[in-house]
Amino acid sequence: MSVEATPAQIGAETVAITVTINGTEHRAEVEARLLLVHFIRETAGLTGTHIGCDTTSCGACVVLLDDRPVKSCTLFAVQANGRQIRTVEGLEQGGQLHPIQEGFWEEHGLQCGFCTPGMMMTSVALLERTPAPTDDEIRQAISGNLCRCTGYVNIVKSVQYAARKLRGDDAEPTAGEGLEKPEDKAATTEGGAA
Amino acid sequence: MIPGKFAYLAARSVDEAVDVLGRHPDEAKLLAGGQSLIPMMKLRLAVPEILVDVSQLADLAYVREENGHLAIGALTRESDLESDALVGRRYPILADTCRVIADPIVRNLATVGGNLAHADPANDHPATMLALRAEVVATGPNGTRTIPIDELFVDTFETALDPAEILTVIHVPAPVEHSGGAYLKLERKVGDYGIAGAAAYLVLGGNGTVQQVGIGLTNVGPKPLRARDAETFLVGQAPTEENLRGAAERAAAASEPVSDLRGPADYKRAIVRTLTFRALSRAVERAQNGGAA
Repeated sequence: MSVEATPAQIGAETVAITVTINGTEHRAEVEARLLLVHFIRETAGLTGTHIGCDTTSCGACVVLLDDRPVKSCTLFAVQANGRQIRTVEGLEQGGQLHPIQEGFWEEHGLQCGFCTPGMMMTSVALLERTPAPTDDEIRQAISGNLCRCTGYVNIVKSVQYAARKLRGDDAEPTAGEGLEKPEDKAATTEGGAA
Repeated sequence: MIPGKFAYLAARSVDEAVDVLGRHPDEAKLLAGGQSLIPMMKLRLAVPEILVDVSQLADLAYVREENGHLAIGALTRESDLESDALVGRRYPILADTCRVIADPIVRNLATVGGNLAHADPANDHPATMLALRAEVVATGPNGTRTIPIDELFVDTFETALDPAEILTVIHVPAPVEHSGGAYLKLERKVGDYGIAGAAAYLVLGGNGTVQQVGIGLTNVGPKPLRARDAETFLVGQAPTEENLRGAAERAAAASEPVSDLRGPADYKRAIVRTLTFRALSRAVERAQNGGAA
């Protein structure tokens, strides 16, 4: 196995790649057709990233590729060569839950839990760009993540919980936060903007 | 689902990609954002023997105004076009379009060039680019050429691009004073193909009448459609509700929907009528509030 990423020859069906997942380098000789989600689950052994629909619809397989959420069932592992991946396993640090994990716990943001890793990774990326999202912005951001249990209400509350925690604002939610209707664009959280 | 085997090349330049496509016109396929191609490969609807990955050619990802047009690098991600400040200010029709493509996560990988070159009549940028009378630039073994948008779409999944040509840039004419555009789509749910979509772009003359208009339709024919009769009807007319409805009626008549899971053909035609009217109305509103595409 070569250490350096090799520019594949035409005709070569395997490629040597190095992908950094949650700060750890993973090197392997992979078939070019290997999907990133299979690389993460089977080669790197990180099974927190789920395979749901396998048709780019459900978002259970969402990971962050260079800080952007992507559906890892719709990307080849070779395309992640030399790049940074974050998965749900990288959220908890030193035995401390990430605020988004804490939010899903506190606000009952999951029932069966299958969609949760993807939901959380999409939400983490949202909060890194938008520290004080409205409920509508959260709903937009997770519109490519399907949940068949919760009806999304508690997921929105969970993300708002994490947003408050990440902003260092432990105050109670403002009236209506997490209960806004999707079409209601009124911002309820601007007071705490970072 | 596992795609078929292929040989993979991460192209380091457009020239390198063109060279491989030229030597393997029947076997090689370009991989850009991959959000249409990879699902097709997983279903084995596409089984390319060679995949030329251009997705990381950073010099093809940009949005800038130059020489009287907006130049969009073909590898610009939909999410980047959607959040681009210049696009938001001057080309709201493009932001309208990006916002309804697939879902926000898919848009982080999906490219504007791919959305056009894939030539799926259900894709959204084709109708918008038809309305805007955009041009695309293709690079091939003999250099570059410009293709007017009306000549790009040949049939379902088929464009005027030669096998060894790569769509590299899209040129959208810069908005003039009193111009405006809008794109609307009806979809069953986020991420599904649209039931139908309508793009409208128009320029109002000094006396307030419609000087120029473009209307493009999504997913109501074997390829993206231009509603020519509707355009002809509207030019020289005042943008009254009655006239906009008259144009929308003609757009509905020009559409060629087929009955499927997303509804019967008559229903889709009715949707085209409604969406075209609303897109035209919003375009007029934007045109009257200044000048933005």
